[in-house]
Amino acid sequence: MAAFDEMLPETTGLRKPYTGYDDWFKDQDAARLTEKMRDAERVFRKTGITFAVYGEEEAAERLIPFDIVPRIISGQEWRRLTQGIEQRVQALNAFLDDIYHRQEILRAGRIPRELIASNVAFLPEMIGVRPPGGVYTHIIGTDIVRINENEFYVLEDNARTPSGVSYMLENRETMMQLFPELFQRIKVRPVENYPQLLRQSLGAVRPDGVKDAPTIAVLTPGSFNSAYFEHAFLADQMGVQLVEGSDLRVVDGHVAMRTTEGYKQIDVLYRRVDDAYLDPLTFRPDSALGVPGIMDVYRAGNITIANAPGTGICDDKAIYSYMPEIIEFYTGRKAMLGNIPTWRCSEPDSLKYVLEHLDELVVKEVHGSGGYGMLVGPAASKKECEAFSQKLKARPANYIAQPTLSLSTCPILTEKGLAPRHVDLRPFVLVSDRIQIVPGGLTRVALKEGSLVVNSSQGGGTKDTWVLDD
Amino acid sequence: MLLGRTANGIYWMNRYIERAENMARLIDAGMRMALTRTSSSADEWTSVILSAGVESAFRQRHDEFSAETVTDFLLRDTSNPSSVMSAIETARNNGRMVRTALTRETWESINEAWMSLKRMLGSPVDQRDVPAVLDAIKRETALIRGAFHGTMLRNEIFDFSQIGTFVERADNTARILDVKYYVLLPSISWVGSTLDNYQWESILRSVSAHRSYRWVYEADYRPANIADYLILNNRMPRSLAYCYRNIAESLAYLADDYGALHPCHKTAGETMAKLEVGNVKTIFDAGLHEFLSCFIRDNYRLGDEVAQDYRFH
Repeated sequence: MAAFDEMLPETTGLRKPYTGYDDWFKDQDAARLTEKMRDAERVFRKTGITFAVYGEEEAAERLIPFDIVPRIISGQEWRRLTQGIEQRVQALNAFLDDIYHRQEILRAGRIPRELIASNVAFLPEMIGVRPPGGVYTHIIGTDIVRINENEFYVLEDNARTPSGVSYMLENRETMMQLFPELFQRIKVRPVENYPQLLRQSLGAVRPDGVKDAPTIAVLTPGSFNSAYFEHAFLADQMGVQLVEGSDLRVVDGHVAMRTTEGYKQIDVLYRRVDDAYLDPLTFRPDSALGVPGIMDVYRAGNITIANAPGTGICDDKAIYSYMPEIIEFYTGRKAMLGNIPTWRCSEPDSLKYVLEHLDELVVKEVHGSGGYGMLVGPAASKKECEAFSQKLKARPANYIAQPTLSLSTCPILTEKGLAPRHVDLRPFVLVSDRIQIVPGGLTRVALKEGSLVVNSSQGGGTKDTWVLDD
Repeated sequence: MLLGRTANGIYWMNRYIERAENMARLIDAGMRMALTRTSSSADEWTSVILSAGVESAFRQRHDEFSAETVTDFLLRDTSNPSSVMSAIETARNNGRMVRTALTRETWESINEAWMSLKRMLGSPVDQRDVPAVLDAIKRETALIRGAFHGTMLRNEIFDFSQIGTFVERADNTARILDVKYYVLLPSISWVGSTLDNYQWESILRSVSAHRSYRWVYEADYRPANIADYLILNNRMPRSLAYCYRNIAESLAYLADDYGALHPCHKTAGETMAKLEVGNVKTIFDAGLHEFLSCFIRDNYRLGDEVAQDYRFH
């Protein structure tokens, strides 16, 4: 079956959100668009030197490909999506609070106790700790895929440390430079205020007793980290300090940064360093990326850490498979956004099914991310499937399996004109005393014809994502 | 408010940009000297290495002081932390670390300098191409300085940049003078031989001052005038006095901004005083070599004190 195209589905013709763009596109000269495509590349190389240089060695040449055809979402579709995401994010925070306190959900038998107790992403150090404002996951990047006109599914919650928001902002900036006239014709909701919203949102969950102007800092593992560009970009745009572990120490019960005038207290830390490296006194003793003693300050309520330590358990794929139950348990309502059907290989019946249907399924490690350690059945050879089934049998609880979905497509501009490619969507959510979702997000697109893999490391690109003001 | 680590990064970024440029000048002067048949070219290349302050590192890599070994070592040997390639790489790494403290123009000029010099110095440079490479290095560093001065806010970040630049430059000028101080000592006749003339010109050339010297003094090179020019002249941008006036100015701004004086202010003040003696004869009388070695030591100490006083680490 052909995939659902978001601009021009085979059966119904041009979809409404794309009519304005289509009108404009019909008047465009192919040569001019090709020229614009090259301009985009130039803009990216120039501002874009930024992307390039912040990558790894020799990254001067490494740009994530950008496609100039926007992915367009109607206001109505967006409202529906955001309601579903809000519900989900509420449930995630309630779930985190519960598992680190009374564990009602385990008592009620809705999810198995060992899934929490023996989970490496569950931090016993967080038991009984209530973060400032009661928020655990402050910044979320929900990955959403679409199957047809009405079906959206959540692929991953990314409640720990989602990245990519800088691409959302740079993509929009580039599109506005290339096609200012499009933004006059079509009302697109702005995303540019994300850094201000992030700053307000982080400020709103400052520790009790801190006055209205909290000191916020972004903690990066350092300039050699692959996402350093984003860390520097966000600190810059928010107008806050970008700090490394070596800048910080605990002074008089607070976390403080070393400035040219001495140590200055930090109230809110947006950290882009993993839990394991956050505090060598509590977690990995060999880590130089974190701050010795920060967990004590945190437990005493003297600093906000966003996202909270221990949040990563939500990104566990076995936990993911229980999201419908989790949402219902905490919100009292059915999940508005669907989960992808998931087989937990820890369950004998499921394992049997998965082993028998390996060539049709996608099998993932429960703690994996970024497309590593997974098997894409339909694309794998018989030998690969065979080898993978051995791994599955050896450690079934380490895996889950999902059907191969026919992701929706959006057109990209190729040398032969528009051509459909598979896409996903990552909207960015901010949680403080309220939930805010910037109208837009990061659309990742598989640039190879027929490919379902949107990851930038494997031939994926990005698109500007428009939410219409209609 | 500025992180100590950021101040450190800015300071060293500027020191290394300055160093890359100074290396290009030293090589330039060395090449010119080696062309004059009146001198032994090995001696000239040795004094280039001495002026660059990298003698022991050089001896570990090469046995012979020649145009090939010295230019390669100073231009592109990454085992030499002061080579142009190492310096521009270190400058860029520091710049990248303090990205949020720089204007986009400044950062892009550093990054582009790095990209183009990496290409140029990636493989051995043919001796015939050395002049073009030296020009390119000076052009790239001039572009960085232009972007920096044209766009950076005059705040504490600017002050730490200035201190870095001028501590490095003062060190460079003092070393060049110290390596050749003996040719500046008053001789019986006070009229230099042809060889002396070349030597004097070489000193001026290595700080790009052989033309401007003539604008200030009479056309003849006189050792006392050269020493006066490079040590005491307030308007000569590579003289010790000029460097210290700028360092003192930036330190004064920092003291104002932060409302605090530190040991580095005292050290800078004392060094300034020694450069305000008015007549270079005073320095000659007390011993030029002694004066210069003492200056190099004090200048080094100032760098350490700035790092400590402003919590670089």
